[in-house]
Amino acid sequence: MSERKALLEVDNVTLRFGGVVALNQVDFTLYEGEILGLIGPNGAGKTTCFNAMTGVYLPTEGQIRFKGEQVSGKKRNQITKMGMARTFQNIRLFPEMTALENVLVGTDAHNTTSVPTALLRLPKHWREERQSKARALELLSFVGITGRSDDLARNLSYGDQRRLEIARALATNPSLLCLDEPAAGFNPAEKVALLELIKKIRDSGVTVLLIEHDMRLVMGVTDRIVVLEFGRKIAEGTPEEVRDNPKVVAAYLGVPDAA
Amino acid sequence: MTTETVKKQRWKLNLRDRFQDMPKPARIAAMVVFVVLLYLLPTKAFYENLGFPIPMGSGYLPLYTTGSDMAGVLFQCGYYILLALGLNVVLGYAGLLDLGFFGFFAVGAYTVALLTSPESKLITEYNWLESPWPWLLTVPIAIALAMLSGVLLGWPTLRLRGDYLAIVTLGFAEIIRIVAKNQDWILNGDRGIPSVGHPPGTWPDGEPIFELEFTPYYWLVLTVIIGVIFLIRNLANSRVGRAWVAIREDEDAAELMGVPTFKFKLWAFAIGAAIGGLSGSLWAGQANFVNSATFSLENSILVLAAVLLGGAGSIGGAILGGFLVIYLPEWLRSVGDVFGWPTQVQVGNIHIDVSPTSLRFVIFGALLIVVMIYRPQGLWPNRRRAAELKDRQKEVAPVE
Amino acid sequence: MNFDDLIQGFPDLTTTGLAQGSIYALVALGYTLVYGVLRLINFAHSEVFMFGTFAALWTWGLMGYDSNSARPDLGTALLLVLVSLVVASLFSGGVAMVVEAVAYRPLRKRNAPPLVFLISAIGASFVLAELMGAFTERRQQGIPGLLPGEPLFSAGGWTVYPLQLATVVVALAVMFALDWFVSKTRFGRGIRAVAQDADTAALMGVNKGRVIALVFLLGGLLAGVAAVFYSMKQGNTRFNVGFLMGLKAFSAAVLGGIGNLRGALVGGLLLGLVESYGAALFGSNWTNVIAFVVLLVLLMFRPTGLLGESLGRARA
Repeated sequence: MSERKALLEVDNVTLRFGGVVALNQVDFTLYEGEILGLIGPNGAGKTTCFNAMTGVYLPTEGQIRFKGEQVSGKKRNQITKMGMARTFQNIRLFPEMTALENVLVGTDAHNTTSVPTALLRLPKHWREERQSKARALELLSFVGITGRSDDLARNLSYGDQRRLEIARALATNPSLLCLDEPAAGFNPAEKVALLELIKKIRDSGVTVLLIEHDMRLVMGVTDRIVVLEFGRKIAEGTPEEVRDNPKVVAAYLGVPDAA
Repeated sequence: MTTETVKKQRWKLNLRDRFQDMPKPARIAAMVVFVVLLYLLPTKAFYENLGFPIPMGSGYLPLYTTGSDMAGVLFQCGYYILLALGLNVVLGYAGLLDLGFFGFFAVGAYTVALLTSPESKLITEYNWLESPWPWLLTVPIAIALAMLSGVLLGWPTLRLRGDYLAIVTLGFAEIIRIVAKNQDWILNGDRGIPSVGHPPGTWPDGEPIFELEFTPYYWLVLTVIIGVIFLIRNLANSRVGRAWVAIREDEDAAELMGVPTFKFKLWAFAIGAAIGGLSGSLWAGQANFVNSATFSLENSILVLAAVLLGGAGSIGGAILGGFLVIYLPEWLRSVGDVFGWPTQVQVGNIHIDVSPTSLRFVIFGALLIVVMIYRPQGLWPNRRRAAELKDRQKEVAPVE
Repeated sequence: MNFDDLIQGFPDLTTTGLAQGSIYALVALGYTLVYGVLRLINFAHSEVFMFGTFAALWTWGLMGYDSNSARPDLGTALLLVLVSLVVASLFSGGVAMVVEAVAYRPLRKRNAPPLVFLISAIGASFVLAELMGAFTERRQQGIPGLLPGEPLFSAGGWTVYPLQLATVVVALAVMFALDWFVSKTRFGRGIRAVAQDADTAALMGVNKGRVIALVFLLGGLLAGVAAVFYSMKQGNTRFNVGFLMGLKAFSAAVLGGIGNLRGALVGGLLLGLVESYGAALFGSNWTNVIAFVVLLVLLMFRPTGLLGESLGRARA
């Protein structure tokens, strides 16, 4: 395992908002080709960690390196271009664009057509449009919503919207795909289908970071798991190791379940 | 929903779909016929043969503005349509509320005036130019300068929140007007710049085409509009247009999906400004005289009203809106003349001017409110936005 | 650039600036109150102010004082000012509430996006200004001089006129009253609750509709007070005076941090001073440009204003 190349290194990251410490010296590494689960009870700092990685927040201390390059301080669209893509916990598609157009916005991340080229319809415009459209349709069928390409995103069912978000993120051609609670609101059958999709994504060569608090889902699909609680990393290891870790058990079961 | 409205909607849908279902040659033929009709609009004979005689006394022609030169009204409509098309890129596509859009019109108009007038201070005082330039040569410069001012204004301000942007752009237009009014070095304040050049060209008999007669100017602006529509459509159906809509819909998500948001917002500003400048240079080519009084705030608001009445984000809407804000008051005035609508009403010893042209700001102000309440998507909406706004209404309104 | 004028006239320029700044602050409070509660730039507020100037003018006219009248004695003058303060603020307050009811409330019911509100506000602003324009034949109307024209006090290079003193004193008094109202009374609590979280406040039994109407009324009252002093200083008014005043007062509100009541005071006074000094330096033609440049520069470096935003979080 040590042979594998590090893709994303979260190096002692601390993040404070005023007096609140949202992340406290969080430290883990994500290797190429794996599916890493980032789990923890509600409010553990999962999404904050995620936001720091994608450049939404600047860490107070520590570094985040992606492919050996420091992420913090980079523009968000540049981070995407470097090969990190994400979905959102509460779906954030472009509701008034069609499914196809949503994915095209993703493919556009690597296109270079700008105003002059588009204005004059130079060959580059046509070439990029053709390639992007082919790729976008391919992705729509990859995530399983082929027939809906001309529907407005807002008119898609909830499950299809989640899938479309994944397709849009994949369209940016990422080496790392970060999924923020992709199964939220899914029924068991949909969750199974999602697991298959995540595996398929990994098999296509994309590393996956999965944030989730549904333990069963995480156990079934991840290669390794990092557990956060109150902004600290309390465990890391294979699903089996993590499951048997008393700290994790305490974090999940020791606290009376609010629900 | 009553059956009648259902029928009506179906009919409307049919019209749009029927046009799109026609074979391509037929569609092109229909468009050509339509465009030819547009070119004929200033001709009085066109209205005499419209074929629906409405008996309204002698001298009245349906749809013709008898109170003022029809070609002149149409020309004015033309450059307002251009302005509306420009603002539509900024506001309709990219969702940036620019309240000082007329400022770019001013930049375009002044550029043309300074370079083409023999009485420009660039010639008489500073000797920067030996002789006035021909109008045609100054248009690209006017566009470029308007674009430049769009970029200069956008660079510091496009990072601001939407409502701050509105105020800052409003301030920008006001600064341009004040600068134009107050200083004497170049723009000559209220005295303005006379003898501005006209577009080139002569009739076969040697008379210049672009003189006092409005019709050629209308033809010119119509041609320009058609060209601009094609260019804007090129942008809208490309990576650029997608980026704009994505920014409008969810700027953060767009950025995280790799859209260089600032760059494309700046482009939207620059493109809008360029079209505004183009409109200004066309107007200056006809106006003969440019001074600071032309650039009052009302005009910015009129353009805004045009875009929103027509329907933000829709090219058709911008055209319809730009046309209506100019044409409607003029036409109402001619109708009013026929029916004997008074131009003034006396209340006590106050004379209130009630002519449609002077009341148009009251009317359009009120219309803005009414449209925002009952039809926020505009008269000729972009299909998507209509859906969006309707759905918002259905969502639970906040508790009161 | 004329530094001599600035240095020699410094005391006077400061007085002028503070008096003008108090007026800005009063109008700015109207923007800040509405913004704090509704997150909306009440574009029509400038016209609410403009209506106030005419209300004052008409009040004085009805009491027999127009621009041709001789200056009354001090007692009469004070009475005239007092009456006009009451009438103008009530009138402006009424106009503000009408604007809210006609242009904003229907939109709130329909859950319209923010841009739609702003546009409706622009529409309302235009209707008000142009109606007044039509009604007054778009003419500038003179306003009588009321308070004594002799300096109240003059020492060395420093002169203070009665009007300036009255402006600052009344403005400060009104603003303290507002501060008390918002931080101490039951109504004020309602305003702060809605400002912090409108929906929760509504669930807790605050009548949101009434709070919003109240906020518009308060803003209108303050604009009316500002309008009286503005008219006396300017000596005339016109249907379009609202626009520039609105822009500047809004700038003042943003300068101090929009949504923050004390910020409006600080921003208003600061803008008044900067304008006054700037006019001495660059010439009075450029006063308006200076105001915008200051606003632009500030927004670039400190987008939330000097004292920061929010009516809710900052202590009222």
